[in-house]
Amino acid sequence: MKKISCENLSKLYSEIASLQELYLPVKESGVTNYKKYENGAEVDIKTLKTVKSAKDFFFPQTEDMMEFKVNGKNIEINDARKVANPFVIFGVRACDLKSFDILDKVFLQEPVDTMYKAKREASTIITLACNNPEQTCFCKTFGIDASNPAGDISAIIVNGEMLFEAKTEKGAELLNKLTCLEDAGDTDADAERAEIVKKSENLPFANLNLDEFKGENLMKLFDRPEWAELSKACLGCGTCTFVCPTCQCFDIRDFITNEGVRRFRCWDSCMYSEFTKMAAENPRKTQLQRYRQRFMHKLVYFPQNNDGVYGCVGCGRCVQKCPQNLNIIKVIKKLGGKNND
Amino acid sequence: MTNEALFPVVGVITDIRRDTPDVKTFRVVTPDGKKAFEHMPGQCAMLSIPGVGEAMFSITSSPTNTEFMEFSIKKCGCLTSWLHACEVGQMVTIRGPYGNGFPVETAFKGKNMLFIAGGIGLAPLRSVINYVRAHRADYGTVDIVYGSRSMDDLVDFKEIQEEWKNEKDFNVYLTIDRPQDGWDGHVGFVPAYVKEVNIPTDRTAILCGPPIMIKFTLQALLELGFEKTQVYTTLEFRMKCGIGKCGRCNVGNQYICKDGPVFRMDQLEELPSEY
Repeated sequence: MKKISCENLSKLYSEIASLQELYLPVKESGVTNYKKYENGAEVDIKTLKTVKSAKDFFFPQTEDMMEFKVNGKNIEINDARKVANPFVIFGVRACDLKSFDILDKVFLQEPVDTMYKAKREASTIITLACNNPEQTCFCKTFGIDASNPAGDISAIIVNGEMLFEAKTEKGAELLNKLTCLEDAGDTDADAERAEIVKKSENLPFANLNLDEFKGENLMKLFDRPEWAELSKACLGCGTCTFVCPTCQCFDIRDFITNEGVRRFRCWDSCMYSEFTKMAAENPRKTQLQRYRQRFMHKLVYFPQNNDGVYGCVGCGRCVQKCPQNLNIIKVIKKLGGKNND
Repeated sequence: MTNEALFPVVGVITDIRRDTPDVKTFRVVTPDGKKAFEHMPGQCAMLSIPGVGEAMFSITSSPTNTEFMEFSIKKCGCLTSWLHACEVGQMVTIRGPYGNGFPVETAFKGKNMLFIAGGIGLAPLRSVINYVRAHRADYGTVDIVYGSRSMDDLVDFKEIQEEWKNEKDFNVYLTIDRPQDGWDGHVGFVPAYVKEVNIPTDRTAILCGPPIMIKFTLQALLELGFEKTQVYTTLEFRMKCGIGKCGRCNVGNQYICKDGPVFRMDQLEELPSEY
């Protein structure tokens, strides 16, 4: 294990940034998001939840795919994908790390999404344990341990020092290059982790019951009358899907440029009324249907197709950001089973 | 350009045939005159005009056609209107094939077949029907019940009259919704006609058409004594990727683009009816 005093973290950031592009949570105008590290940046490792999740690194909000040159009846197709250079993400929390596993199940399943895979392979992930999980955190409900995320290198703050442990070969390689770190010797990391686990367990939504969410209950859950009440206030704004680290729905759109047509991929939302709209029909006409789709997907359909793994990591971003105060916790409490009140 | 799932190749429209007032059939090959890719009956392809749109279409031609692919397309939205206005020589982009297709080499093999279509619903079935014709010895009797609003709306009318009707052990039953000058065939809706013809229940049935037609025809088949396990259909949904990743074409946990579009009626029964 290696360590650095938290007072000297800017040395660490500079050194990593001198080796590879470094992305980490930066506070700008009071809002914390992942940004490329630059000298003097206000790095914010206190805030647990960046507004946008870390999925952006592998599945960006928009991404160019190809360019078309159109000349009369003729079309020429040119690749517009960018090469993914090696990069480091620092400060990934356990929930966001788990979301990568979930996205992998979608994008790395045959046929493999090469745009996603290239970025996934180019990354080195340094995780950071959550010393102080928040009231809106419920990763524990999904079996996630906020005290001990892996990644390529895991980091934890103990007694004013940040401790590092390599979890993969790629992580060890990077860690060995960092001259600003010293050997940690004996540490109190285990005691700190035990403390975090205790804190996580005492959070209000740490032990939600998910028993009812299983494939054999699909039709029963789909037809539950509670969806009407649950979805009534939904504006269909799609905020929950955009801040969600596991929402992976996308659109493929064309943009007419001066040179031709650029085709790009961008995030889309199952909450939008046009998401399933065809020329003649729309299978999900009401907001109730769209709302139900989102939660049935995360809690029933996705686990059905992926060995029981839920499509939620309990990060709580939707709990914080929904303008109508709707969220997956309310759905789980209502439909997940006994003792959820 | 690589041949990855979301990246198309260029195709050229080499022939446009008007089938009905709002359906045209487009022949597509690569610029060097070949088929863009091989497919099985019931599979689909993404066609696009850059800057206009990209959408999923059933491949109407049979895989046994070695020279080109055909798509029968009804004019009903932005991209389809654009295609209807274009001329021979227009390039498109094409990618695929997508979906499971009909089980022509497994469940259908050796079976007596019943095809039931309404309107543009014949388009996906034409691929299977011509596949069966090309492998005639592998399948038994073929009954085709096909209906549309009027005689002008029957897709592939020439092929039906000149080829399908003359095929050995093929019975073709055509119907139109309302009487019309020049039509001496059957008049009435497909579900009622299916019952009237009283097709033996040893057939494997494939249904394709508007949702309302599918609903009532399935009812008619069940009344005749068919089991849901004998009846197949093919669904449509808005799609962007075609490989089960963009997240929009699911019915329950099944993605129509990759787990479908072909489903057996007993499979659909276990899924929400949101299609």
